[in-house]
Amino acid sequence: MALLERHLAFIEALREAGVPVSLAEDLDSVVAVEQVGLGDRETLRAGLAATLLKRQTHRGLFDAIFDLYFPALVGSGWRGGPLDGSEPAPPADAAPERGADDALAELRQAMADALADGDQDAIRLLVREAVEQYGAMPGRGEGLSSWSSYNTVQQLSLDGLVLRVARALMEGSDDRDPRSEEVSMLTAANRVASLQRQVEADVRRRIAEEKDPDHVARTTLRPSLDQLPFLNARRDDLEELRRQIYPLARRLATRLAREQHARRRGPLDFRRTIRASMATGGVPITTHHRPRRPHRTELVVLCDVSGSVANFASFTLLLVYALREQFTKVRAFTFVDDIREVTDDFVPGADPAETMLRLAESARHASRWGRTNYGRALSRFVEDHPDAVGPRTSLLVLGDARSNYSDPGLEVLRELVATARHAWWLNPEHRRQWGTGDSAAPEYAEMIDMVECRNLTQLSEFVHDLV
Amino acid sequence: MTWFDSPADATERLHGAGYLADDATATTVFLAGRLEKPLLVEGPAGVGKTELAKAVARATGAELVRLQCYEGLDEARALYEWNYKKQLLRIQATSDDQAWEQTHDEIFTDEFLLTRPLLGAILREEPTVLLIDEVDKTDVEVEGLLLEVLSDFQVTIPELGTVAAVRRPFVVLTSNASRELSEAVKRRCLFLHLDYPDAEREREIVTSHVPEAAERLTRQLVDLVGTLRELDLKKAPSISESVDWARTLVALEVADLDQHAVERTLGVVLKHSSDQTKAVAALRNHHAGTRPGAPRRR
Repeated sequence: MALLERHLAFIEALREAGVPVSLAEDLDSVVAVEQVGLGDRETLRAGLAATLLKRQTHRGLFDAIFDLYFPALVGSGWRGGPLDGSEPAPPADAAPERGADDALAELRQAMADALADGDQDAIRLLVREAVEQYGAMPGRGEGLSSWSSYNTVQQLSLDGLVLRVARALMEGSDDRDPRSEEVSMLTAANRVASLQRQVEADVRRRIAEEKDPDHVARTTLRPSLDQLPFLNARRDDLEELRRQIYPLARRLATRLAREQHARRRGPLDFRRTIRASMATGGVPITTHHRPRRPHRTELVVLCDVSGSVANFASFTLLLVYALREQFTKVRAFTFVDDIREVTDDFVPGADPAETMLRLAESARHASRWGRTNYGRALSRFVEDHPDAVGPRTSLLVLGDARSNYSDPGLEVLRELVATARHAWWLNPEHRRQWGTGDSAAPEYAEMIDMVECRNLTQLSEFVHDLV
Repeated sequence: MTWFDSPADATERLHGAGYLADDATATTVFLAGRLEKPLLVEGPAGVGKTELAKAVARATGAELVRLQCYEGLDEARALYEWNYKKQLLRIQATSDDQAWEQTHDEIFTDEFLLTRPLLGAILREEPTVLLIDEVDKTDVEVEGLLLEVLSDFQVTIPELGTVAAVRRPFVVLTSNASRELSEAVKRRCLFLHLDYPDAEREREIVTSHVPEAAERLTRQLVDLVGTLRELDLKKAPSISESVDWARTLVALEVADLDQHAVERTLGVVLKHSSDQTKAVAALRNHHAGTRPGAPRRR
């Protein structure tokens, strides 16, 4: 592939992955490449990122695609053998009598050491080595062989690796000022997670070499965090999503405050206007206005916390709570088949991680028979908390509306919606799936505004409209 | 004028100006100068976004013009304003025999124009670095104002016509991303996300700001700050807070960052009480076991 073609394919791949690149930015990037040259790969990456990227959430995608189209090396690369074309001498430690288990143990030890030292160069080499040894999936014919990050990661057994790294970190630290266990584990887990990402990137590179980068970009890249569906999130994604919730809430809150401020143009403040007109010789050039009273409502959240939607529920609850300044009062209830109030679990200024833990705890209490039953939960809610929903209340239901073919309790919900001032239902499933299997979504949607809410972007849009 | 000759030149000159830039930063700064495009710098608070603009000004010997954005910033405070008082005086001082048309023309001239940072930066003939700080704090309408300045380096004043830049300033916009900027602004800018530096670079930064801190203390401090950033805190400590911490410790004549010293001064780096509780708990776990004497309670 010629350089320009490769560049264009790279931009095409970015667009396809959801990074908006305008023609102007495309042109800028070409000029940038011309200016920084192709000599240094990281400089090239920085130059392209500066011109093409406009949002930090796209950075992961950008890096992955960059690695596909501008790979760091081809195949296994040069391993330090002589460059004069002669047969490279086999490395001394690869003696044939050594068993495969020994080799693996040695690789894992080397990896643990490198991770504990934070030695990026060594880690890069070891990742390459690991993928080459354990990631290859030989195919039957030409073009059928492939590479697997799953196999590699399985062989390395990362959980054990985390422990080892943590132990090495604790031992290696200063005697007088040792690192605590918790902190070491955290550091180790972070480093191993980044190792896993490197393995995945290397596997993508290998596949891209054999098939072609366009194919890999289309099939194996994960969407950026704000587009990632809650229900498909992996463990480290969840961690990252959780980190995003707090800033997201703050961002939304400032935006809302500002918009309300802009709309808030109450009656004329005569005194201030006259005062200000002194400067312009008594001509009231700028008028001043009294602020308008903020309009606030109560919010009641009903949240399905059964296993299938638990992730989604806790995020949304946290976000709603972070925005509680926008409401005079917020009450939250969780249910599986029985209902439980969790309002007290949200302490202002509390640590989000602990709140999540307590929420997970409450999920256990919300279940008496252990199967999601919307009908029973709704009627229990009306019985136990008849005062919760009133004419000033906004009602928010979070759940996938999958009630195990039991009575959906449509009448109860209809009454609740009629009582409340506004009512919405957030459904974490794709609109396509509503009504399939045991989903009662279409029935509910007839009496309540049901909104699809699968990722951070949709969630923030919804919360913005809500307030 | 050319601002920087190459990424390496940018690194070197920024370093000379007291700013330790990593490769990505240096490359982006170089490109912003070369392509004559505004540079949008985003990132958490206190990682040196504003400092970068100041450093570019110092490194290139340019004057820094700063527009601090805030909620309610308007045209009159960002671009230009007519000097009403002076105009009124001029009208009152007119003798009876002068025609109104003439007076009317005279009161809308350069003489009665008060330039504000944006117009000022464009009018300057010497090299200028224009810093538009915390652009995410403004209302959306202000972005419209910025667009003309950012893409064409010109300002249109209805009564006077269009004023184009004599010499294009080096424009840096900073943002904490508390609001998503409009696509139109982003498209006109180069983008740089500044993040917390790695331990090595942070040590250099702290040392360059607080040279009197002992090397051992700096290392302990930077390690500890790194650890704090890994904990899940509401507001992770920034670079400026590490520097402040180093200053505090030097002022208190603390030579060794032990548990007691940490707990006493933690308020310098962590500004939320839930964060402090969490950090103290995480750091104490181990300290309590290895150190004789009962653990201190706050």
